[in-house]
Amino acid sequence: MRREPEVSILARRKGANGLPAPAQQTAEAFPLYRVIQDDGSAPPDQIGLADADLVALYRWMVLNRTLDERMVAMQRQGRINFYIGSIGEEATVFGTARAMKPSDWILPCYREHGAALLRGLPLATYICDLLGNAGDVMLGHQMPCHEAWRPALYTSISSPIGTQITHAVGAAWAARIKGDDMVPLVYFGEGATSSNDFHAGLNFAGVNKVPVVFACRNNGWAISVPRERQTASETIAQKAIAYGIRGERVDGNDLLAVHGATVRARARAAEGDGPTLLECVTYRMEGHSTSDDPRSYRPAELVEPWRKKDPLLRMKALLARRGLLGEAEEAKLLADVREVIQLAVKEAEAHPAKPPLETLFEGVYAEPLWQQREQLQELQRALAGDPRVADPRSARR
Amino acid sequence: MPTLNIIQAVNDALRTEMRRDQNVVVLGEDVGKFGGVFRATQGLFAEFGADRVIDTPLAETGIIGTAVGMALYGLRPVPEIQFADFIFPAMDQIVNELSKYRYRSGGQWTCPLVIRSPYGGGIRGGHYHSQSPEAHFIHTAGLKVVVPATPADAKGLLVSAIRDPDPVLFFEPKRVYRAAKGDVPEGEYAIPLGKAKLTRAGHQISILAWGAMWYEADQAAREAEQEGIDCEVLDLRSLQPLDIDAVVASVTKTGRAVVVHEAPRTCGFGAELAALIQERCFLSLEAPVARVTGFDTPFPYTLENEYLPRAPRILQAVRETVRY
Ligand SMILES: Cc1ncc(C[n+]2csc(CCOP(=O)(O)OP(=O)(O)O)c2C)c(N)n1
Repeated sequence: MRREPEVSILARRKGANGLPAPAQQTAEAFPLYRVIQDDGSAPPDQIGLADADLVALYRWMVLNRTLDERMVAMQRQGRINFYIGSIGEEATVFGTARAMKPSDWILPCYREHGAALLRGLPLATYICDLLGNAGDVMLGHQMPCHEAWRPALYTSISSPIGTQITHAVGAAWAARIKGDDMVPLVYFGEGATSSNDFHAGLNFAGVNKVPVVFACRNNGWAISVPRERQTASETIAQKAIAYGIRGERVDGNDLLAVHGATVRARARAAEGDGPTLLECVTYRMEGHSTSDDPRSYRPAELVEPWRKKDPLLRMKALLARRGLLGEAEEAKLLADVREVIQLAVKEAEAHPAKPPLETLFEGVYAEPLWQQREQLQELQRALAGDPRVADPRSARR
Repeated sequence: MPTLNIIQAVNDALRTEMRRDQNVVVLGEDVGKFGGVFRATQGLFAEFGADRVIDTPLAETGIIGTAVGMALYGLRPVPEIQFADFIFPAMDQIVNELSKYRYRSGGQWTCPLVIRSPYGGGIRGGHYHSQSPEAHFIHTAGLKVVVPATPADAKGLLVSAIRDPDPVLFFEPKRVYRAAKGDVPEGEYAIPLGKAKLTRAGHQISILAWGAMWYEADQAAREAEQEGIDCEVLDLRSLQPLDIDAVVASVTKTGRAVVVHEAPRTCGFGAELAALIQERCFLSLEAPVARVTGFDTPFPYTLENEYLPRAPRILQAVRETVRY
């Protein structure tokens, strides 16, 4: 059952044309679910996590934030080529990921590396993936921020927006056929709700009551396109109605709200009550990636109010109020996190900069065809004849 | 004449055509206020307004399908696909709708529009920001495919593409987007589609290339000259329609050809060129037609320099073909 307040009166609200607006078209029909208040208080029955977990998750959020800042700095220094961070969206990522069972698959977009780290992707391995070096588990095939980590059931990231949504539906369906207790969590931004796969995925899942959690990180922006230019719907959550599935809107900067809503969505899916579209309302505090400067399309005034809503501040207030984190502990945590990252960077950068030449042709098929075999030899000959074959400066204009 | 890079030349072409013809509209992701992720539409939103410079939601099939409707109704849309790699969600609209509208309606309806898209590798973009998908579209009857290499060509060809009665895929070489600079004529300036450009005359071997790879071909030809090999270089510019006369004239003269493209080799446009050359220049050929191309793999990230058919590999193919 949904826990949100009753909304039936809203059905009588007048729309702009004087006719009653359908309840489902109003934001009030999907009230923002929130647990942690600004002063750090939270209704005890909605905390849902043990004290130790709260501290651990806060540490993860701090680590993720520090990591993102560090990776952006490394990009500026030319040590990695590109980076996409999740600054401001940490509660959404960790709240959802922590709510799933370890056997549940995670089908990520490109901003949820925190979920993989939480599930055990070693930090140094993640950084190798960013570097695309000899330690990269993707063999240098993918650009940064497209990590995959099977041991954590964290699938492979595609740049094309939205494609993982249908995959999640298929995986959930497969799990149901096999009788497994497995509910996939699939991430996407609000921009992806315009994609073909969003429509197909939610429709397929609705028709067949497929057990899946659709987690939309509504961070307000798709590169330069604001949410209101992405969809005329007042909320993302209300789109669920059209697909005949449940929609919920949660404060995406409130770790406990995100966690609680995801736990319930997972439970419903597992019980055969079908999928949920979970809209996590958050904000992209930085540029889309290291490739853009948001100041050229987004006034600073829009960002300011969100600084007060920082998910880390919210969590810190909760911990402080519960006496779980003092200043000394906080300082230690920060220092500790910095050191962990520093060591991981060092470990990652110790690998050779490039994976071996053969890896270029590996993994196209289970076994290389004659084309890949011949072309590897061709490339080896070419390199032996002229080392500039691997040198970008040989013919630049 | 101002010196522009390719992005500025594209911007100039769009502005010139939008001023000339108010049916010309631009649509795509981030093309409005932001001016496009590569800034190709910068300033157009301010000058022409939100009705003619349209920020769309994130759906390529929406962008192209809407552009088809606009073209049917008499506009001249110039949709932008942010990266050529993201054209595939719109494949159905392009292959089954756009390309066939004239044919399937017996010419009652036509879809004159230009899909602009940055393509190609060399920017460390991995497989989703590096592909060269031209062959898919050349293979689809009803579409024209144009790939400029220089700023002046980018402007002149884009202007012609916008005025063309048929749909045109206009792939812009993003690797040299800013690096390539050159004089670009002001105002209305059109270069006819379907004409290759002989950029270097030679008598021993012809190198055929387009887009960013033209620079590599040119570099290889300069290096070959140091070794006493006299190369001719042809920038094809327009792949469909193809300037078959220019190709045949060149290869008939030199008797040897090297075709260069970034896309994977199998079924790349080089295969078509090699077939055409052997059909039409068989008795002039002194050596098999060589293909220097991307490999039959997805576009890699770390080893992209090894993957790209750059000058050193072209030079090796030139030497082998001349010595054959
Ligand atoms: C099919 C497709 N079209 C365009 C792009 C280029 N692109 C990359 S991210 C992005 C915006 C995505 O916004 P959203 O889905 O809201 O996710 P966010 O980045 O905000 O997390 C766009 C347009 C892409 N990756 N895939």
